Amino acid sequence: MVNSSAGKRPSADTAARPAQLHSGGMIPVVAPAVGWLIPGAGHLIQKRWGRGILLMVSIVTMFILGVLMDGRIYRPNGGDILDILGFVGDVGAGGLYIVSLARGLGLEPIARATADYGSKFVIVAGLLNFISVADAYHIAIGKKP
Amino acid sequence: MTLALSHFNAAILFATFASIVFGITQRDAMREQLRYGLYCFVMFVGGVFVAGWVMWLLRR
Repeated sequence: MVNSSAGKRPSADTAARPAQLHSGGMIPVVAPAVGWLIPGAGHLIQKRWGRGILLMVSIVTMFILGVLMDGRIYRPNGGDILDILGFVGDVGAGGLYIVSLARGLGLEPIARATADYGSKFVIVAGLLNFISVADAYHIAIGKKP
Repeated sequence: MTLALSHFNAAILFATFASIVFGITQRDAMREQLRYGLYCFVMFVGGVFVAGWVMWLLRR
């Protein structure tokens, strides 16, 4: 099998990428951490204002709507697999999760269909924040503009 | 304060916020982000209607 890329010279784009990947100092560490703690902040500290504000508004609103719908917020647990996965999703919301734990929100048992939707809103807000954190990291290492 | 949304309203809100995040994170250029976000929104809402009609047919 012939390697089609053999003999090709690297383009200007690929030649510049290794230098970009290691630029930024502590930003590749700080941006994901801040982005996890405050949704969208990982983009904001890299001056991606529009993206950061949209991510923050979307994730925070989704989490708050879930809490207002009486959604359950999962505590650390070692029981049912769905409860463990619920905790993993919830913890993605970072600071929102910590604040809700501190204020004792989401402790009531689910009694209505809308409360079940609320639980899903909270979990998905956390999962979307995981994606946002990964995106902030990709921006920090220069993999994404 | 308890918020009691209908299933449809909850699905629309879910689709809106999830589509915004998907659009921003999964594409690079702004125009592509907008297009992909709209595509995700249409797929989410379309999926709600398709699932609704499937359930209606199963119930008959």
